[in-house]
Amino acid sequence: MDEKGRWSRGLVALLFPAGFWLGVFFVVPLLFILVYSFGESGIYGGITITFHPSNYLRVFDPLYLDILVRSVVIAALNTLFCLILGYPLAYLICFKARRWKTLLILLVMIPFWTNLLVRTYAWMVILGGNGVASHLLEFLGITRGPVDFLFTPQAVMMGMVYGYLPFMILPLYASLEKLDVRLKEAAQDLGANRWRTFWRVTFPLSIPGVLAGSILVFVPSVGEFVIPDLLGGSRTVLIGNLIQQQFLNARNWAFGSALAMTLSALMLAAIIAYIRKVGADKLEGI
Amino acid sequence: MVEKLTSRFPERALLLVSLLVYAFLYAPIFVLMLFSFNSTKSTQIWEGFSLRWYGELVHDPEVLHAFYNSMIVGVVSTIISTVIGTFAALALARYRFRGKSVADSTIYAATVMPEIVVGVSLLAFFVSVGFHLGLTTIIIAHVAFSISFVTIVVRARLAGMDRSLEEAAMDLGATPRTTFLRVTLPQIMPGVLAGALLAFSLSFEDFVITFFVAGVGSSTLPLLIYSMIKRGVSPVINALSTVMLAATVVALLAVGGFLFRREEH
Amino acid sequence: MTGKRISRRSFLRLSGAGALAGLGVAATGCTVNTTAQQGESKGGGSKNQLNLYNWTDYIAPSNIKDFEKKTGARVVQDFYTSNEEMLAKLQAGGTGYDIIVPSDYMVQIMAKSKLLEELDHSRIPNFKNIGKDFRSLPFDPGNRHSIPWQWGTTGIFYNRRKVGKKIESWDAMWDPGFKGKIAMLDDARELIAAALEHLGYSINTKDKSKLEEAKQLLIKQKPLLKGYFADTDSDQMVAKGDLLLAQNYSGNAMLYIFKNRDLEYVIPGPSSDRWTDNMCIPKGAPHLDLAYEFINFMLSPEQGAALTNYTMYGTPNHAAIPLVKKKIRQVPWWNPPESVMKRLQVMQDVGEATRLYERIFTEVKSA
Repeated sequence: MDEKGRWSRGLVALLFPAGFWLGVFFVVPLLFILVYSFGESGIYGGITITFHPSNYLRVFDPLYLDILVRSVVIAALNTLFCLILGYPLAYLICFKARRWKTLLILLVMIPFWTNLLVRTYAWMVILGGNGVASHLLEFLGITRGPVDFLFTPQAVMMGMVYGYLPFMILPLYASLEKLDVRLKEAAQDLGANRWRTFWRVTFPLSIPGVLAGSILVFVPSVGEFVIPDLLGGSRTVLIGNLIQQQFLNARNWAFGSALAMTLSALMLAAIIAYIRKVGADKLEGI
Repeated sequence: MVEKLTSRFPERALLLVSLLVYAFLYAPIFVLMLFSFNSTKSTQIWEGFSLRWYGELVHDPEVLHAFYNSMIVGVVSTIISTVIGTFAALALARYRFRGKSVADSTIYAATVMPEIVVGVSLLAFFVSVGFHLGLTTIIIAHVAFSISFVTIVVRARLAGMDRSLEEAAMDLGATPRTTFLRVTLPQIMPGVLAGALLAFSLSFEDFVITFFVAGVGSSTLPLLIYSMIKRGVSPVINALSTVMLAATVVALLAVGGFLFRREEH
Repeated sequence: MTGKRISRRSFLRLSGAGALAGLGVAATGCTVNTTAQQGESKGGGSKNQLNLYNWTDYIAPSNIKDFEKKTGARVVQDFYTSNEEMLAKLQAGGTGYDIIVPSDYMVQIMAKSKLLEELDHSRIPNFKNIGKDFRSLPFDPGNRHSIPWQWGTTGIFYNRRKVGKKIESWDAMWDPGFKGKIAMLDDARELIAAALEHLGYSINTKDKSKLEEAKQLLIKQKPLLKGYFADTDSDQMVAKGDLLLAQNYSGNAMLYIFKNRDLEYVIPGPSSDRWTDNMCIPKGAPHLDLAYEFINFMLSPEQGAALTNYTMYGTPNHAAIPLVKKKIRQVPWWNPPESVMKRLQVMQDVGEATRLYERIFTEVKSA
C-alpha cells in the first residue's frame, strides 16, 4: 500500500469490477434522478428541467417531514430489536455450536427464500383474531377470549423485525466468527467473569459486525413500506409510500426524485456520523 | 464450584433466546406449509386436506417458468456480486487512497436508494442506451444492488483480521495468488458465505426493480406472485415454497453429512 | 505494508476475470436474447406472437387457446398489478407489448401522454357487439383509443346476517355502530370517490372546497376503520368474519356469494361508480395485425361469454350476454337495470387535480 495514497495496480484491479458495475448501473441512472429532481414533471409525462430547487423546498412541508421522522423512528426501533434478538443467536452459533455453525446459519436464511407475501399471509393466520397466537394465549391462560394482533403497530414492528433479522444476524456472524476463542480464555484466566469477558473482550471485537448489521438493517428499513402496509392495514404513510406514490400515482417524477435524493443524503450523513462516532478504524483491516 | 453453578444461567438463557428466535423464524413457515395442503384456494381459512396444489404445481408452466427464471437470475447474480463485492471489500478494508470516501459513499448510497427510484432510473437508462430488456437486464440490476451488501458484510469480517498467517505464507514463498486462495479466502469464507446468502435472498425476493427492468416474457417468481394479488395468491405458491424448502433441507443434510464426515478425518 | 505484496499480480488476474465477466454479461444484453424472442424489433419476439400485458387471471385459458388455434400465433402474457405501474413502465420506455388493458381514467391519461395507437375501426367489425352503455364513454369519446374489455361497479360487500339489515347507502361506512369492522379501499381515487358520492358530488370534481369537505369526512371516518385494504384482502376478511363491511368491487363479491348466502353486495346510493377496463394498443406495438385480430376475436359473442364466465365480471359485449352462465346472469347487480345505471358515475382523469387527490390521500392516512 502506498503511504501517499496513490493507487497501486492491485488496488485498481480489486476495485475496478465494483467501480465499473456500480458506476455504470447505479451512478449513471442516479444522475438521471438528480437531473429530474431539478425539474417539473408534466402531468402527462415529460419533464422540464428548470434547475430550480423548488422540489427540494417542498420536502420541508410539515406533512412530509412528519412522514420522514416517523419512518426514521420505525427504522431505528427495528434496528434495535433486530440487534437484541440477533446478537444472542449469532453468538450461540459462533461459540456454542462448533460443527453445526454453517448449517445453523443456513437454517436462519432458509425461511427467507419463501416469498414475502406468502410469509406475511401466514403471519396473518397466526396473528388474526381467530389465529394461532390468540388460541395459544387463551390456552396458556394469559388472555380470556380472542385477541386480534393484526393491523396494530405491534404487528407492524414484529413484521419488520422478522423481515430484517437476517441482515443483522449475517454480518454479526461474519464478524464474531473470527474471534479467537483464546482471547476469551485468556481474559477468564486473568480472573474476569463471563459478563466482564463479554463486555470487555467479545463485544468490542464484534463492533464491526454490529456496525455493519445496524447499517444493513436501518438504512433499507427507512424506505420500507410493504410490510407496514400489509400488517398495519395501510393506516400510516411512510417515506417509502410517499416516494412510490409520487412516481406512480401523482406522476411527479421530479418531486419523487427530490424526495429520494434528500432521503439518500440524510442516510449517508447518518452513516458517516455513526461510523465516525464508533471509530472508522473499526472498519479497517489494517 | 459456585462459578460452575451460576455459570449455567447465561448459557441456558442464551439457548432459550436462540430457540425462541428460531421458533419465530419458522412459525410462519409451518403455517405456510400447512396451507399448501388446503383443499380450497384460500391461504387464510383451513377447509380440509388435499394434494391438489402439488398436482397443479407440476402442471403449471407459468409458475415453473417463473421459478426457473428466478433461480437462474438468483444464482448468476449471486456469483457475480459475491466475487465483485468481496474484491471491493478487500480494497476498501486494506488500502487508503484518494477518493476512498467517494467509493465508500457510493457503496452505502446503493443500500439507501428506494427500489422504485432504482427501478425507474435503470429502465430509463437501459432504454436510452438501447439495451434490450430481458433476463440479462434483471441480472445486471440484481448485481448492482447486491454488491454493496456483500461488500459491507465481508468488510465486517475483514476488520481487525489477523494478517500474520498471510504474511507467514508469503514468507514461506507462496505466490500472492496461492496465498489468496489457500490462506485469505478460507479465513474470510464465513463473511463471503454470509454475503452470498444475503445476495441470493435479495435477488430471489425482489419485485419492484425486477418489474421495471424485465423484458417481455421474462417473469420471475415475485413478479408472478405479486400479480396474483388481484385474484388472491393461490396455495400453488405455498406448495412450491414447501417443495423448495424440503429440497434445500435435504440437500443441506446430505452436504452437511458429507462435510461432517470429512471434518472428522 | 503487507497489503501491497499480496495484492498486485494475483488479484490483477482474478479481478480481470471478474471485470470481463461483468463486461461479458453487459455485452450479451445487446446481442443475445435470453427470453423467448428472436425478433425484428426491440422486445418484439417472433413474427407470430402476441405480447399481452394484462392483470392476472383476467383472461380465460380457453380464450388464449382458441386464439392460438385460430391464428397459429403464440400468446405471451405478462402481468401488472396496477394501472400506474404499467404506465410508469411504458413511460420509462418499456416497449414490446401489443395489447394492454388499462382502466377508464388511465386510457385518458395514456392518450394524452401519446402512448396509444389510434384505432382503425374498419379493422374491428365486431365492435357492433358492444352495448350502447359502453360506447363512447366519457374517458374515450368515439372509442379512438380503447375497446371495452370487462366492467364492474364499486360498492359495499358485507355480511347481511351479521350486520342485521339491508344496506342501501354509503351511510353504513360512517356508522359508529360498526366501528373497527369497516374497511375502505387503499386507492386514492376510490376512497375519495366514496366520500364525494356520499356527499352527492361528482367523483371527478376539481373543486377545492368540495374536495376539502370530502377530506374532512374521510378523516372523521378513519377511527372507525380497521384499515385501508386492497380489494383482494378485504373481501376475504368479510368472508372470514374479520370485517362486517368493505368497500369492494362487484367481481370480487361474485367469488363469495354463491358459497355463503349471508354475504351480499350492494351498489349504494346516492351514487356509486362503475369502472371499465379496456383493450388498447400501445404505440410501437410490434405485431399490429395480430393485435387487431385479437381485439376483434375477443369481441365475438362466444369469446366474450367465455371471458365473463371465467372472470365473472360484467361484460360490455351485448351479444355475449345470452351465452353467459345463468347463475351469473341472475345476480341482480351483475347487469343492473337502467335505473341503477343512471346513478353510476364513470371515473375519469382529473388532470392536474390528480396531485391534489393524492395529497388528500396522504393527509387522510397521516391523520
